[in-house]
Amino acid sequence: MNIIATIIPEIFLSISIMILLIFGVFIKESFNIVYKSSIVVLIFAVLLLVNNFENFSQIFNDSYLIDNLSNYIKTLSIISAIVVLLISYEYINSLKINKFEYPILIISSLLGAMIMISANDLIVFYMGLELQSLPLYVLASIDRENERSTEAGLKYFVLSALSSGLLLYGCSLIYGFTGSTNFQLIAQNFNSNNLGLIFGIVFIIVGLGFKISVVPFHMWTPDVYEGSPTSVTVFFALVPKIAAMTVFIRFTNVAFAGIFDQWQLILIFLSVGSMILGAVAAIGQDNIKRLMAYSSIGHMGYALAGILTGTIEGTKSTIIYLTIYAVMNTGMFACIFFMKRKEKYVENIKDLSGLSKTNPLLAVGFLIMLFSLAGIPPLAGFFAKFYIFVAVLESKLYLLAVIGLVTTVVSAFYYLRIVKIIYFDESKISFQNVKNLPLKFVLLTSSLIILLYFVYPSILIDMTSSISLG
Amino acid sequence: MNFPILSFITFFPLLGAVCIFAIQGKKTDYIKNSQNVAIFASVLNFVLSLYLWFNFDNTHSGFQFVEEYEWLKGFVNFKFGIDGISIIFILLTTFITPICIFSGINSVSFRIKEFLILILLMETLMIGVFCSLDLVIFYLFFEGGLIPMFLLIGIWGGEKRVYSAFKFFLFTLLGSVLMLVAIITIFILTGSTDVEQLLNLKIPENYQYFLWLAFFSSFAIKMPMWPFHTWLPDAHVEAPTAGSVILAAILLKMGGYGFIRFSISLFPNASEYFAVLIYALSVIAIIYTSLVALMQDDMKKLIAYSSVAHMGFVTIGIFTMTKQGVEGALIQMLSHGIISAGLFLCVGVLYDRKHSRLISSYSGVVNFMPKYSLFFMILTLGAIGLPGTSGFVGEFLVLVGAFKISKLIAILSSTGIILAAGYMLWLYKRVVFGSILNSNLKNIKDLNIFENYYLLALVAVTLFFGFYPDPLFQTFSLSVDNLILQYEMR
Repeated sequence: MNIIATIIPEIFLSISIMILLIFGVFIKESFNIVYKSSIVVLIFAVLLLVNNFENFSQIFNDSYLIDNLSNYIKTLSIISAIVVLLISYEYINSLKINKFEYPILIISSLLGAMIMISANDLIVFYMGLELQSLPLYVLASIDRENERSTEAGLKYFVLSALSSGLLLYGCSLIYGFTGSTNFQLIAQNFNSNNLGLIFGIVFIIVGLGFKISVVPFHMWTPDVYEGSPTSVTVFFALVPKIAAMTVFIRFTNVAFAGIFDQWQLILIFLSVGSMILGAVAAIGQDNIKRLMAYSSIGHMGYALAGILTGTIEGTKSTIIYLTIYAVMNTGMFACIFFMKRKEKYVENIKDLSGLSKTNPLLAVGFLIMLFSLAGIPPLAGFFAKFYIFVAVLESKLYLLAVIGLVTTVVSAFYYLRIVKIIYFDESKISFQNVKNLPLKFVLLTSSLIILLYFVYPSILIDMTSSISLG
Repeated sequence: MNFPILSFITFFPLLGAVCIFAIQGKKTDYIKNSQNVAIFASVLNFVLSLYLWFNFDNTHSGFQFVEEYEWLKGFVNFKFGIDGISIIFILLTTFITPICIFSGINSVSFRIKEFLILILLMETLMIGVFCSLDLVIFYLFFEGGLIPMFLLIGIWGGEKRVYSAFKFFLFTLLGSVLMLVAIITIFILTGSTDVEQLLNLKIPENYQYFLWLAFFSSFAIKMPMWPFHTWLPDAHVEAPTAGSVILAAILLKMGGYGFIRFSISLFPNASEYFAVLIYALSVIAIIYTSLVALMQDDMKKLIAYSSVAHMGFVTIGIFTMTKQGVEGALIQMLSHGIISAGLFLCVGVLYDRKHSRLISSYSGVVNFMPKYSLFFMILTLGAIGLPGTSGFVGEFLVLVGAFKISKLIAILSSTGIILAAGYMLWLYKRVVFGSILNSNLKNIKDLNIFENYYLLALVAVTLFFGFYPDPLFQTFSLSVDNLILQYEMR
């Protein structure tokens, strides 16, 4: 009974998925009702989760872990999923991809992410990962009439399957050399002189690196971001990355905590590579979704910089970074959903030119998000980077900090380029008036959070203060 | 003093900006209303800062009106406070901002609402810089100013505005991020970023050198010192008049303020070690940029280069670490803030009428604009540093301070005054005197009522502090003594 009580949100989501699926199959024209009830289901899930906060419990033979970290990240993920559903309703309808499977797939992927977040065992982790990824392949290609969407789905499927294979191979190596799949037992049985284990770690890092799209495993990101329907891109940018990053935290701080030296250098290279590529490659992009893909590569580099310090402060700074990253991306994509002209969504950044004259409020929204993504104070994006750099400098990684800050300046260039197009260029035809209350609400809320974060920046420190790594 | 007056002065313009943002209505109505709100907010803020000045205790060398709130748990407290040095910069900011607003209302022809919002936002950020007593808070305001300035240059600027705005933004950001590394390092070394506490906790000497250089990179770009000055002429030339005024009058002073408040007080050993570097760069700045200024055919560019030269005096003055030198630097900053603001406004007056900044487009302006020529003359003389203007007081004291350190520096930097006389008088002669060569100058109108008043205000202040600078000395004398005492006890 106690076991069931601890994973009520997961159970609730699984049952809801099945009910919604049956409902959707048997009732015609069920998209609207399934979509709306999905949102209700997710809101219930958040409430269940928040009401059942348990500080620490390990269930199912210690393979499933509920702690403050998992609670926090799960809440963040579910809220992100709710926001994704809220802002994409109109988009899905106007693209005619309003199939009832869409919200169900999102919830399934979310459920997979939640299992990943709580995994304390290689097998459970892998199961969660696959449950999270499979719906994403379908979601990426859900606009099946569209060549690019199909391409995105296929590309993601092939590369993701490859990386899953590598992960699984890494898991089997680790199991073979430590005799256990449980994270704590792995940590106990670890022998850092064993080359097989090191290989196992490398494979796992490669697999996870793919999921969070850090250099050099980032190749799929721009194509998938660009090809997928925007509503799916938002989801890609949020839930899978947050979940995979959490798994990264679990691996590096629990399972492999003993051999810090071995993986730190690898992660430094991944982090620096992502920062540099994220800053440089985005400069030439004209498609805003593609640009956001490179921007997210860069941001994952910064988030990784927190983890690789191997300290609790570093981990917390990564969690704070992910939270602010999620809000910024939500806001940014909410802005992108407004880019609609003659019933068609446009994606080129040139389409934004002179937006400040035709639609000043939306322009301010873009302005806040872009400067925050660039990390300019006093917006929230600055604080995200600030926490990371405090952690990095405390670990005396001076070079990493300087590279990180210099790439901030380079990446400021392409964010400024969009600001320039919006504010300095001559205006084009204005976007059509979008009367979408949830979308406006999400944009307003995220803008206010980003803008007013400086008033009381301790809020995330308070929220993450109870997180420990056991 | 329980009322948080510093926070109020800092955030009051922001409140005004929010009000303007919220104003709706018919086009003529909301323009009128937003102008009124902006004028009200900025003028009231000036009055408040005067009130602050009268309540300021000259006989007390520490920080006053200190406010402290818990802010970033475990890292930083939100801390505001002023001493005799910061208060004069607050006065300068609140004095210049209404002038910018009047100038904007007078000459900005489109998107006036956004313009006023940005200027008020800028005022909040600038006052915040001078009030903060915590490095992170300081950084927040210091960097935050980039956003509105970028937009000011980019939206209302001249032809090459995009290039200039980007150059300004990226240059300053690059310098500042290095300062951020230094700030975090200080936090890790000492466990605090509170300036008052840091003055007592000594920073280990071997760390001071790197930290000093990191802060230097930021302040030297902002100041700007040769050879980091290249963004300035571009930014000045392309910025709208009000933007140039804010840049020259206040943003440049943040660099000098930063040197005084942070570099010297926190890293005294490094400051002594690197003083020679500063002298060298400053002397080069004074002579080289003055020569460059001589050759300019664009009025704004000429004044921009002259700013670099004048800032050279400031850095020499600060790093002489003598009472005369530092006080001279402070007066020089203040007077340059007022005089260069006036000069940019004068160029703006001509530009609004004839849409050219080239010297060769004008001649014999005195025939049609006698009032204008008078104001322009006093400001020109102030820029040269003629006795009786505030420019003289600053430069004279700096040279006295420099003479105590090294005769060579004093002699070399004095040539700057001669060169200044050369380029300024030549500029004045070519624009104002002579016969009218360009026939479309014939219908040029003299100052309108707005221009008349704000130029009068600037000229009055220049002359007042030229003849009677004592109130300023009384305000910052003890704080400067304290600064030098701490430096000598390093």
